Amino acid sequence: MLDKILMYMQYPFVRYALIVGVLIALCSSLLGVTLVLKRFSFIGDGLSHVAFGAMAIAAVLNLTNKMIIILPVTIICAVLLLRTGQNTRIKGDAAIAMISVGALAFGYLLMNIFSTSSNLTGDVCSTLFGSTSILTLTGGEVWLCVVLSVAVVVVFILFYNKIFAVTFDEDFSRAVGTKAEAYNLLIAVVIAVIIVLAMNLVGSLLISALVIFPALSAMRLFCSFRMVTFFSAILSVICAFSGMMISILAGTPVGSTIVAVDVLAFAVCYVAGLFFGGSPA
Amino acid sequence: MALITASDVSLGYDNHAIVKELNFEVNSGNYLCIVGENGSGKSTLMKTLLGLRSPLSGQIHFGDGLKANEIGYLPQQTVIQKDFPATVREIVLSGCQGRCGLRPFYNRQEKELADKNIERMGITGLKNRPYRELSGGQQQRVLLARALCATQKVLLLDEPVAGLDPNVTAGMYALIEKLNMEGITIIMISHDISAAIRYASHILHIGDRLFFGSKEEYLGSDAAKAFFVPYEGEGEMNYA
Repeated sequence: MLDKILMYMQYPFVRYALIVGVLIALCSSLLGVTLVLKRFSFIGDGLSHVAFGAMAIAAVLNLTNKMIIILPVTIICAVLLLRTGQNTRIKGDAAIAMISVGALAFGYLLMNIFSTSSNLTGDVCSTLFGSTSILTLTGGEVWLCVVLSVAVVVVFILFYNKIFAVTFDEDFSRAVGTKAEAYNLLIAVVIAVIIVLAMNLVGSLLISALVIFPALSAMRLFCSFRMVTFFSAILSVICAFSGMMISILAGTPVGSTIVAVDVLAFAVCYVAGLFFGGSPA
Repeated sequence: MALITASDVSLGYDNHAIVKELNFEVNSGNYLCIVGENGSGKSTLMKTLLGLRSPLSGQIHFGDGLKANEIGYLPQQTVIQKDFPATVREIVLSGCQGRCGLRPFYNRQEKELADKNIERMGITGLKNRPYRELSGGQQQRVLLARALCATQKVLLLDEPVAGLDPNVTAGMYALIEKLNMEGITIIMISHDISAAIRYASHILHIGDRLFFGSKEEYLGSDAAKAFFVPYEGEGEMNYA
């Protein structure tokens, strides 16, 4: 088995995939804790569908660099969704559902009408489940991914205390002069960036798994915000790495294998949480 | 000069005023209770004092070198906090966020302040315990310690005893009274009129009739009578 792994490691696309996969897993887990606690678990799902729609537009326009459209569109939608004002006429979950299915439908419609490819079903499937795109990354895309991931991690560490404060109690934060709106905006933008990055790894349908599972697993075992964040990052990286290894060795699709490992890890943490220390919250 | 002065303040939503021409002042060391029926605008007034929203008209003035973000706030608990994974110390420390500005991490001074306030609330033993496993009274003490990190002068308490049992309630009131003795000005929203009369130095009654004055004045006022015996006072209401 070791021989087989070493053999695969000689191919640059496998090394690229591993680097990018691990970085994406790290980033997506960081904000997962905040999203789960703010009751926004589904936002990853909604945004990824938006990203799918944007990708369809980019494909129809025949753009070589699809990021030009996908990133801004997803960021705008994230900002709109996270505007948690009490006065919004459509409540959070309904807004997410609306935008998410709407974007999915329009995306597929566009791809169907203006199809340029001979294998439409295959294209759609690989966008939704990320079956091959992680293995076809170019050097430029890898660098883009590395730069964005580092930016996400640095932003998260610098604003860790503020993100904690705003997540725990927005009103208190605003009362003591923290610009909660600005931090919500920051969170929204970072999430959008992560979603767009993660689309390469697991495809748009499975992204929320990458965001919420590590956070939920960590919350079973730990009770401090710092440890939950830390552990979910580590768990996410381990799951992504082992998921990719399994998929390379067993020839299974990358995205769904990673998510399956995440689910398994959650089950283990859940059982462990029942026995050791953690609280049944 | 008064710590907080409200002059001709009107409060409400979308130009619909709930409270009109509110005048009151809070001096250093006061213990002000804000009482009134549900929907009378107590929470709106609190948000206005905190600077979370602006009054429809009129002005709120801070004196004695008090800044708007130097008010310690004890909000009502939210659903999110019920299963929030955080330790007591992490939460109390977040009370120092206003002092940081854009500095990303807390410095030693702020950590000491947090520890001091944890001790002040008598919850040192719970310092590393998860917040979600504490009892309601203990959680209120944690949030009070956090509020103390944000202020040296004024505490704004939004129904601090809501949902607590009688014993814990008494303990909470005693704690607040102790802070008031130590020189911290208290502004408290309360449904508990008997506690308001027992502990407060001043009362602000919001509702159909506005009243502001010392506790003694309040007990003799029409507003108090109407509040205590809401049905018997109906005939008099027409004159108000």
